[in-house]
Amino acid sequence: MRRFVSLALSLLVLTLVTSPAGAHGLAGKRFFPSTLATEDPFVSDELTLPNVLHIKRPASGDEPATRETEISGEISKRITRFFGISLEGELVHLDPDHAPSKTGFGNLEIGLKWQAFTSAEHEALVSLGLGWEVGGTGRKATEAQSFDVVTPSVFFGKGFGDLPDSLWILKPLALTGSVGLAIPTRSRTRTVTVEDGEVEEEIERHPHVLQWGFALEYSLPYLTSFVRDVGLPSFFRRLITLVEVELQTPLDRGQSGHTTGTVNPGIIWAGRFFQVGVEAVVPINERTGKNVGVRAMLHFFLDDLFPTSFGRPLFGK
Amino acid sequence: MSGPALVRGALVLAVVLTIAGAAAGHAFLDRAEPRVGGRVRTPPAQVTLWFTERLEPAYSRVQVVSQAGQRVDKDDGAVGGDGRQLRASLTPLSPGTYRVVWRVLSVDTHVTEGDFTFQVAP
Repeated sequence: MRRFVSLALSLLVLTLVTSPAGAHGLAGKRFFPSTLATEDPFVSDELTLPNVLHIKRPASGDEPATRETEISGEISKRITRFFGISLEGELVHLDPDHAPSKTGFGNLEIGLKWQAFTSAEHEALVSLGLGWEVGGTGRKATEAQSFDVVTPSVFFGKGFGDLPDSLWILKPLALTGSVGLAIPTRSRTRTVTVEDGEVEEEIERHPHVLQWGFALEYSLPYLTSFVRDVGLPSFFRRLITLVEVELQTPLDRGQSGHTTGTVNPGIIWAGRFFQVGVEAVVPINERTGKNVGVRAMLHFFLDDLFPTSFGRPLFGK
Repeated sequence: MSGPALVRGALVLAVVLTIAGAAAGHAFLDRAEPRVGGRVRTPPAQVTLWFTERLEPAYSRVQVVSQAGQRVDKDDGAVGGDGRQLRASLTPLSPGTYRVVWRVLSVDTHVTEGDFTFQVAP
């Protein structure tokens, strides 16, 4: 863990002392906000701190129902205009029924993303990414895995500002999403416990998992700036309503098709230098859970806060 | 570090970052006259756009075109007011729909662009 923290700090210092300008999630006149539950389709200089999730997970096998709180942070930095890196960490607090609570860090996650296609005219983006969950960097007691997981992904974003004028009310809509395949570097974990002189062996299998999701957004800033100024008060002129759907579908190793996920309706308020968002987290099935959770995020636009230093790509403009 | 401490730290960071000296955001269109998507009875003599940030005059442009694609502004677009306004005078407009097309550079060197329409309908 220590060497990855050192790596993260070194990168932070390196980027703070270098200079030369301008993303945000923009494609033409479309501003894509950073979403809370699903991955963004663009590269950027941005900081999420914190992203907080609280939800009660259902009992599973010998595991009791557990109230889970995750507090995570992520920094994204552009290396070049269309290529960026991100570092993400999380603190997990587990509070199981009838058992002591546990707190610990999750595994560090490192991401690389290349914004391969941008169409200003059609408000469209496509990016390719590679995520790496670094096994063993988190605390095992709070369910951090001891092995690496590598996730190649495709990301997309599409605004609907190019619809005909007769459909003006739909122009503020945008869709972002991603499809990735989480590939564990270990197929199974064997745990041996000795209790009362008896040896028990437990084998946990780690399937390949299709990670997919999307966010459907309706942007009031887009409505008032580019389509029709309907006289909204200034607070509402910065609101984006959205519904995110986040899904995981195991593909093999005895868990094929056991999809879990959540539907997350919420709002984002985007200001000059930061945005805040809050969502309900609604499980899609009993396998995911029965209780509605909540997620909230504070997110900073580093390219606006530090336009001449940290908010620029390391190389090029 | 505990969860509440992390949240407190994030809030302090929010305050520090928000008051950071060199900060300046992307220039987004705040409002316009004639209004975005609006309808006016009297042909306007000019269009005025208000942005959320100060603009670099040398790199900020506005044009107004008719449905036929004919330019109807007098090519005198200029930044005014407190540096957040962009104005252009218009030739006499006949009834119809007009598109305002803008592209601006905010003082923090970020480029933004956009367009909107308004109608003249006596």
